[in-house]
Amino acid sequence: MNNKFRVFLKGVFDVSPLMIPVVPFGLIFGVLSIDIGFSPIETMGMSLIIFGGASQIILLQLFSGGASSLVIISSVGAVNSRHLLYGAVVSEHLSDLKLIWKIIISYFLIDQAFARSNEYFKKNNDKNKYFHLFGGGITCWVIWQTTTFLGIVLGAFIPEKLGLSFAVPLTFLALLVNDFRKLINVIVIIISGLVATFGFNYVPYKAYVIVAGVTALLTAAILTKLNKKNE
Amino acid sequence: MSNWLLIIYCGLITFLTRFSMIALLKKEMFNDRIREILSFVPSAIFPAIIFPAIFLDNSGDFQLENNPKIMAAIIAMLIGIISQNIIATIISGLASYWFLIFVV
Repeated sequence: MNNKFRVFLKGVFDVSPLMIPVVPFGLIFGVLSIDIGFSPIETMGMSLIIFGGASQIILLQLFSGGASSLVIISSVGAVNSRHLLYGAVVSEHLSDLKLIWKIIISYFLIDQAFARSNEYFKKNNDKNKYFHLFGGGITCWVIWQTTTFLGIVLGAFIPEKLGLSFAVPLTFLALLVNDFRKLINVIVIIISGLVATFGFNYVPYKAYVIVAGVTALLTAAILTKLNKKNE
Repeated sequence: MSNWLLIIYCGLITFLTRFSMIALLKKEMFNDRIREILSFVPSAIFPAIIFPAIFLDNSGDFQLENNPKIMAAIIAMLIGIISQNIIATIISGLASYWFLIFVV
């Protein structure tokens, strides 16, 4: 078997266990998008063009709340700023690649594939190792597009009474489960939540996500600094 | 702005945050301090979506009484802290929400 294909398959297998939570996330996105009033084609377009769960759900949430396009786009940017970190971490392993491969890999650089491939890159140093990230990314891509499609189809049969929009805060809550055990994270979480809730009606242009995010991130910077001084 | 233009811009900014570091980065641009602070991005941003969706109603007013979302979110959070499992957190939250609105 060709080495590239072998590394690709390794990526597929490594990322697969992390795909289980992606299934309900994709379904919820598809259902809600139709519920809010996007067409099925626009909903598939979001999953194909944006290909990022948190970004797409924030888009829906702010769009349905009547936020302006500029605020929606900058909020999506703020959510995505964590990808800067991923890119910075994997870039040293990808520096020799051709531009076209850097573009392809960037499209597939999602949380789960990053987590698995970063472990693989640290242990393996063969020149085809980027196929690991490619394999993990494609696996997630197939599952995300399939579950979005199923969500669009299922959405027509799900009664509004079920209150599925509550799945949005629950999904984000679930993404934070590892952070509830760390004191600084808990403080940052509470500050962000309070600023957003009290600022919801007062921050202009529905920019409350950005204001809360920046305030909380500054708090994190101060707290981590104080924490180091005390050590 | 049309929906399609909005989707394309959101896709573009998502791609650029992923691509910029892979394409442009010189290693020394990111010190440990910046990495540490960026690791707080989920904790800093996600609650700004979570809290208003739980505590405010559709018109943006506080809804603290007769609000099953608060209890359901607390149950989901506790299950999340204990299980450290994403699916268990979502399902326990939805199940307790439905229990509170349909059964209680």
